[in-house]
Amino acid sequence: MDLTRLEQIDETCWRIAPTDGMRVPGILCADAGLIRAMDDKVREQICNVARLPGIVDAAYAMPDAHWGYGFPIGGVAAFDPVQGGIVSAGGVGFDISCGVRTLLTGLDIEHLESVKRPLADQLARTIPAGLGSQGRVRLTHRELDAMLRGGARWAVEQGYGEPADLERIEENGCMAGADPDQVSKQAKERQLQEMGTLGSGNHYLEVQHVAEVYDPTIAACYGLAKGDVVVSIHCGSRGLGHQIGTDYLKAMLVAAPRHGLTLPDRELACAPLESSLGRAYLGAIRAGINCALANREILTHLAREAFERVLPAAHLDLLYDVSHNTCKEEEHMLDGRPRRLFVHRKGATRAFGPGHPALPESLRPGGQPVIIGGSMGTSSHILAGLGSARAFASACHGAGRSMSRHQATRRWQGREVVDDLAARGILIRSPSLRGVAEEAPGAYKDVDAVVDAAEAAGLAKKVARMVPLICIKG
Amino acid sequence: MAAWRHFQHMADIGVHGEGASLAEAFEQTALALSAVITDPALIRPETRVEVECRGSDPEMLLVDWLNAWVYAMATRGMLFARFSVTLDGGGLHGIGWGERLEPARHQPTVEIKGATYTELKVWQAPDGIWHAQCVVDV
Repeated sequence: MDLTRLEQIDETCWRIAPTDGMRVPGILCADAGLIRAMDDKVREQICNVARLPGIVDAAYAMPDAHWGYGFPIGGVAAFDPVQGGIVSAGGVGFDISCGVRTLLTGLDIEHLESVKRPLADQLARTIPAGLGSQGRVRLTHRELDAMLRGGARWAVEQGYGEPADLERIEENGCMAGADPDQVSKQAKERQLQEMGTLGSGNHYLEVQHVAEVYDPTIAACYGLAKGDVVVSIHCGSRGLGHQIGTDYLKAMLVAAPRHGLTLPDRELACAPLESSLGRAYLGAIRAGINCALANREILTHLAREAFERVLPAAHLDLLYDVSHNTCKEEEHMLDGRPRRLFVHRKGATRAFGPGHPALPESLRPGGQPVIIGGSMGTSSHILAGLGSARAFASACHGAGRSMSRHQATRRWQGREVVDDLAARGILIRSPSLRGVAEEAPGAYKDVDAVVDAAEAAGLAKKVARMVPLICIKG
Repeated sequence: MAAWRHFQHMADIGVHGEGASLAEAFEQTALALSAVITDPALIRPETRVEVECRGSDPEMLLVDWLNAWVYAMATRGMLFARFSVTLDGGGLHGIGWGERLEPARHQPTVEIKGATYTELKVWQAPDGIWHAQCVVDV
């Protein structure tokens, strides 16, 4: 992206002045190096988001922003329902409530060395991963609706996961206002065999160790210390969420003229919050959010089973679970008064600061854990939210690709990637070598630069960096 | 002259089909969709599945057509090797031939979440060849 077309506010804040129908400015939260490397499409997409009705404050791009569908990935925008604000299916995306959770194990890296291989094999047998894998949990339509209303709380009631997990999940594990009746028959059909599955692409379950601690006080609040072994799970709402995205993108596109909306890009398909379609979509995505929360809770249960067999000394306690593709109703201060807004985070993580009432007591001193996933060979990070007024208390979500899937498969063979990582002490288990090649660590941007920028921009504070030991890849 | 190809998109992948008719371009685009997951030559065309699509214009119809196969692959646990399209005023009738997915044999790369409106185009070139394309989210 051309820096000369941006107004620099400070080291990590760049402004696009509102022109050509933009209702608010665009704000990019990143350093000059990251912005220079961003596609010009990010600028175009941020400007388009700024043209949507009812948008307030600014259309934001996080340090890891890249070209997405309608919204950039790494885009944040909030809409006011009383000012004709909209909700956008393109602003949430296909993988509704895709997110990451990190579990503590109570062990350090020495405990793991002797059982690393059997643990990797056991996890690979226990966690359904990759295309065509099926979950152990089979639901009837009635059970599926109960899951869509209850989220992780439903999963715990069914014996998957532990009650103590719930307060460590956004919305205490259950998104209110879910309406399974607004989820199509097709979306439900896609989910019947996919509960408790990891999926494919960049989704994974990793056993990691804490390689570096940046803030010992917050790390202690989170229960993290250097050398600790943790488990991270990255996945979303599976087929159900994908189909909700497909269904509502089309419905919003078809209804746009009826709602008097002129869309700058078809992928920005949206509906007024105060319309029947807007309300239906909110009911559906809240159900999709619950599906993702239940899915990660079931996968956590499976991970606990695998550890119990190989490493019974481990106790997997949930540190926190974040979702990074959502639209949520939140209260934020704007122009000195509290406002009820619908905040879209597309490839962005909520980052509430210390003391926020949505956090459990035990985490309030540190602020909300912001979990940033890596890719096989690369680091993951845990940051602490600062509740920044900029970008409605949001931060980045990951590194983002630097190379297309096609380029990656031309550059690397799956076997070579697995062997190279094994030589570095990282065990990969995946049903597809071709899938591994597409997800080669070299095909991703430097996540360390992204979190440095997030910290410099005052969005979140660096707490710890983790490196992978075992990766179960879809 | 019927052919398919992929085109680059940073996070995802573009599918492109071309042929002597709009129907043939649609068939080839679906083949490009299968090829995102595995080499179509590895898929045996053993079982026949039919789909019906409606769209207000050829571009909306293309998204519906591809999403019909995303849905069929997900719910039937199948992959498809061959497609046939019959267009009739505003809609289409399609047939796909494929088999159940076997991860060890097909080595599937990635699951397709849905067809998108990004880079979505359907057109007839001056040489008469029809083209159809969009990016799919993986």
